[in-house]
Amino acid sequence: MARLPGTAYARNFLIQLGEIAELGGRTFRNFLRRPWEGRNFLQQLDEIGARTLPVVSLTAAFGGLVFGLQMYGGFHRYIGAGSEAYGGPVISLGLCKELIPILVGLMVAGRVGSSMAAEIGTMRITEQVDALFSLGADPNRYLVVPRTAAAFLMLPCLTLYGDLIGIIFGAIYNVGIMGVNGTIYVRNTLQYLQFWDVASGLVKAAVFGIIIAVVGCWQGLKAEGGAEGVGRATTRTVVIASISILIVNFFMSKFLPG
Amino acid sequence: MIRFAGLRKTFGSKRVLDGLDLEIRTGETMAVIGQSGSGKSVLLKLLIGILAPDAGSIEIDGTDVAPLRGDARQAVTRKFGMLFQAAALFDSMTVAQNVAFGLERYERLTPAEIAARVTDCLEKVGLRGIEGLMPHELSGGMRKRVGLARAIAYRPEIILYDEPSTGIDPIRADAINELILLLQREMGVTSVVITHDMVSAAKVADRIAMLYEGRIVACGTPAEIERSPNAVVQQFIHGRAEGPIRNW
Repeated sequence: MARLPGTAYARNFLIQLGEIAELGGRTFRNFLRRPWEGRNFLQQLDEIGARTLPVVSLTAAFGGLVFGLQMYGGFHRYIGAGSEAYGGPVISLGLCKELIPILVGLMVAGRVGSSMAAEIGTMRITEQVDALFSLGADPNRYLVVPRTAAAFLMLPCLTLYGDLIGIIFGAIYNVGIMGVNGTIYVRNTLQYLQFWDVASGLVKAAVFGIIIAVVGCWQGLKAEGGAEGVGRATTRTVVIASISILIVNFFMSKFLPG
Repeated sequence: MIRFAGLRKTFGSKRVLDGLDLEIRTGETMAVIGQSGSGKSVLLKLLIGILAPDAGSIEIDGTDVAPLRGDARQAVTRKFGMLFQAAALFDSMTVAQNVAFGLERYERLTPAEIAARVTDCLEKVGLRGIEGLMPHELSGGMRKRVGLARAIAYRPEIILYDEPSTGIDPIRADAINELILLLQREMGVTSVVITHDMVSAAKVADRIAMLYEGRIVACGTPAEIERSPNAVVQQFIHGRAEGPIRNW
C-alpha cells in the first residue's frame, strides 16, 4: 500500500519527540531523588554560567547598541526630534522580554549545548557511559540531571545580566553618542519598565535552559558511528535547540501575562 | 552460577542473539569466542544490565535478573566488574579518580581507605606511581591495566573481560592474560572473557563456548574445543577463510 507523502518524516518526528519527552521525564524524576551529583552540578554551573559570561556580555552589548540605534532612528523619523528620550522604556522592554532571552538562549545552545552533545557523544562511543552504569552511577543522574539543573538555573542569571548590559549600552548609544536628554531617558525607563517585563524574560530563559540541556544530552546519548556521529549530534543539537527556542519563545510571548 | 536460557536480542532487523543457552559455573573462567559482530559484547552488556533482552532469562545464583530495575538491578550490578574493550577510562579524571569511582559508590570508605585501595589495586595490575596521570598520558596496555584495577577495586564476585587482548601488542596481551590468571587465583572470582583471540582463550579459560549465529554451537574445555567435530568451530579456531562461515 502506498504511503502518504511525509508519513516517514512525521513518524520520525513523533518518535524523536517521544524520546525527548521520555528523557525529560526521567530527568525530572531523578532530579527529585537523592543522592545528587553535587560536584558535577557545580562544574556545570561554572561551565554554563561563568564561562559563558564573555559571550553574553558581547552579545548583549551589541544587541543593546543596535536596538538603541533603531529606536533612536524610529522615534526621530516618525514622531519627531526630541521624542527620542521616550525610546528608553521601549528599548528596555524589547531587550528584557524578547531580544536578550533569545540571544542568550541561542548563544548557550551554540556554546554549551553543542559541547554537551560532543562530550556525552564521545563518552557514549568510547563506552564511558556503559562504564558509568557498571560502576554504580546512573548515566541519567550523573550526566543529564546536573546539566539540566545547571542550565535551568544559569540561563535566567545570564539573561538578567544580559538585560542590564543591553539596557546600559542602549542608553550609551542614545544618551552618550546621540545626545538624548539623559534625565528624561532614565526617568521614563524606570517609570514604564515593570517587574513582569523582566520576569517574563527570565521565565523564558529557564525554559530555554531545559530545552538546551535535554536536547544536548539526548543527542549525545544517542550518538553512534564514531567521530562523524559525534559531529552530527553536535550540529543537530544546535539546530534543534535553536529552532525550538524560537518556536517556544513565540508561544510563551503569546500566552505569558504582561 | 550464571545461566542464560533462550536469550534473544534484536537490533532493528538484525537478530544478534537467537535463543542462546549457556551455563557458567561459580569460580570458573569461561571464554566466549566468535567472529567480530557475532554478539559477544552484547552478551556481556545483557549480563551486566546495560542492555535488556527481548526474551529469555539471565539467572545469577538462581534469580532471574533480566526483569530487575532500579535499586534491585543496582545490587546485582555491584557483583560485576567489567574491563571494557578500549578500557573506557573517564577522560576527565586522573587514574586514581578512575579507580576510585566504583569504590566511592559501592562502599562506604574514608578518603584514606579509598586511596590505599586504589594504590593496592594498581599494584595488583603492576602499576605504581601513576595515580596522578590522566588517561591520555597512558599507553594502550597501561589503560587496560588501569581499567582492570578499576573493575576489581570494589571486589566484585564476577569479572567480565571484553576483548582484553585486542588493540595491544602480543607481549602486552600475554601480560594481560597472566593478570587474568593471577586475579582468578588470588580473588577466586567467576570470570567471563569475550575474545576472538584463540591463544588468549586457550590460556585463560577453564571452558570455551563458541557463539555463532546467535547461539552457542560448542562448549567445552580448550582441549575439547580443539578436537571439536563442528566445522564452524574448526574453521574459526584455525582461522580459515574457507568453510561454513561465509558472512565475513
